[in-house]
Amino acid sequence: MSTATREVQPGTRRLPVAQSRWKRLFKRPEAGALAGAVLVYLFFTVVAPPFRGAEALATVLYQSATIGIPAVGVSLLMIGGEFDLSAGVAATTSSLAASMFATEIAGNLWAGVVFALLVSLAIGALNGYLFVRTRLPSFLVTLATFLMLQGLNIAITKLVTGNVATRDISHMAGFASAHALFASSFTIGGVTVSIAIFYWIAFVLLGTWVLLRTKVGNWIFAIGGQSDSARAVGVPVRAMKIALFMVVGFSVWFLGMHMLFAYDTVQSGAGVGNELFYIAAAVVGGCLLTGGYGSAVGSAFGAFIFGMAMEGVIYADWDSDWFMFFVGAMLLLATVFNTWVRARASSGR
Amino acid sequence: MAAMEKIGRKLASVALGGAIVAGASVALPARSEAAGPQFKFAMITHAQPGDTFWDIIRKGAEAAAKKDHVQLVYLANPNAAGEAQLISNVVQQKVNGIALTLAFPDAMKGALAQAQKAGIPIVGFNAGGDAWKKAGLLMYVGQDETIAGEAVGERLNAEGAKNAVCVDQQQGAVQLEARCNGIKKTFKGKLDVLYVNGYDMAGAQARITAKLQQDPKIDYIVTLGAPFAPVALSAVAGAHSHAKVGTFDMSPVAINLIAQGKLQWAVDQQPYVEGYEAVDLLWLYLTNGDTVGGGGPVLTGPSFVTKANAAQVAKFAKRGTR
Repeated sequence: MSTATREVQPGTRRLPVAQSRWKRLFKRPEAGALAGAVLVYLFFTVVAPPFRGAEALATVLYQSATIGIPAVGVSLLMIGGEFDLSAGVAATTSSLAASMFATEIAGNLWAGVVFALLVSLAIGALNGYLFVRTRLPSFLVTLATFLMLQGLNIAITKLVTGNVATRDISHMAGFASAHALFASSFTIGGVTVSIAIFYWIAFVLLGTWVLLRTKVGNWIFAIGGQSDSARAVGVPVRAMKIALFMVVGFSVWFLGMHMLFAYDTVQSGAGVGNELFYIAAAVVGGCLLTGGYGSAVGSAFGAFIFGMAMEGVIYADWDSDWFMFFVGAMLLLATVFNTWVRARASSGR
Repeated sequence: MAAMEKIGRKLASVALGGAIVAGASVALPARSEAAGPQFKFAMITHAQPGDTFWDIIRKGAEAAAKKDHVQLVYLANPNAAGEAQLISNVVQQKVNGIALTLAFPDAMKGALAQAQKAGIPIVGFNAGGDAWKKAGLLMYVGQDETIAGEAVGERLNAEGAKNAVCVDQQQGAVQLEARCNGIKKTFKGKLDVLYVNGYDMAGAQARITAKLQQDPKIDYIVTLGAPFAPVALSAVAGAHSHAKVGTFDMSPVAINLIAQGKLQWAVDQQPYVEGYEAVDLLWLYLTNGDTVGGGGPVLTGPSFVTKANAAQVAKFAKRGTR
């Protein structure tokens, strides 16, 4: 944008430069999702008056952040060519681990937070290790861990606490500081904004930087697109895949901590089904299901589209019986539009 | 040692139960001796896995099973087809009695007929208050959800509410619909239904917030499950709304919130009693030929827990049985 203002004087040359810039922008994986997000935003702005305010935007962004934070990890993994179906319940596993370790063993919530991080990274490492060892599709491996975690979440919670939800942690040592870090919210211009939104943005920026500016980023694209060639030129494919599963582990840990400190207790059955939203956000954002292509920013637009669709239906005051239908229809529209934009951009028009 | 003994006893009871079924199924009912015949009962529910409420029901059922020397098989599936499948499963296991939630009466018709053909007594509980008779169940124990909803509607009127929202966490579950419809029947103001997606708390909070922002006139939120009451309260705070919050069912957190005056009330249907009575009624029927309720349901609710009686209930809630 700043370069465009610098080139104001030579009128003849400005046009082609600007055009190629546009073209380059629209060839980015996230371009379609950005256009889709704008479309959905405009749509709800027109049909739902309460959607227009800053307060509504904060609500939508919060909903988007809870999908978007794990979606960053999931999109990196997908660019690296793999799936993680366990991400939804793994977030709950993380909250449960932190809460129970803190209440039953350590007595301090920060110990629980660290313990949960180790658990989440271990689950990621296990997913990765099983994947590279068995050579089964990651879809199957993580489906198995998904189901196992779903059972473990409930069984271990019941074993440890005697109930299926963890105890209220809001009176424990370390709650104030952990709540401030993971789940606080503050007021900007009269609007309450959750800190999760800022972490989301930070993770997206970090993911984008890694993908576009580092050697590791190149490796991720390489192992997702051409795994054998990548290995031939010396990319540590197996280690990278395990590391990517651990990145997903880290991102769900972070979401798990937010959920724990925002809602104080955890229902052990929570999280099931959310993995599909993370994957869908990544795919809507331009990640190919086959790997090797995609972006972290795209996953953010994908999550934002989901957030808008979910909340927009309520702001528009549509019949709530139709809720899921509307969410699905909005998603379909956004995705079709997204693909259309991308197709036009790459066909060079 | 104690564990070994328990396992041994269990094995013996299974063997004995099997022998009775194989030997003389006609001799089963209306005979009670000091040692007591060892029955095997199945409890089948439409619980979402990992839900506090259902865990309390299960605890009640297990307490009754222990007291009545009954072996209890607890199974749950939140889908209609899944729950029906579980009935067929336990019929094939040749259990002596079934306690079930009649959450999907139509889908469960075939499986129920199977059980009835096999001569297995069935007691309904918790869900299906308006369908259990037609389905041919012996007895029913639970809260009449419509009556409970109506009681809430009256309460909202008494508190002067004009615009209320009913937060439903399981779209399509008849007993939850019945609650909302019950409120609608007696509530004089406007009632909207808002669906949230299971236990996705962040999603639930965002949706309730959105609803409050969409319609700032909302002055009361009724959640149909206790885990959603604190979520609704934070949504109210986040949206700078002045809406009050009340909830169906209870949890330790909800009771604390009531004691603190943040949550207005909870409608208690006493799930522990539902689980307990469902098993106990089967046992009474098999050992003494009793049917309880006089052709109507055995009601366990509704009763309101408010600031006035929260402290008394809290100690049981902490134990996980209220």
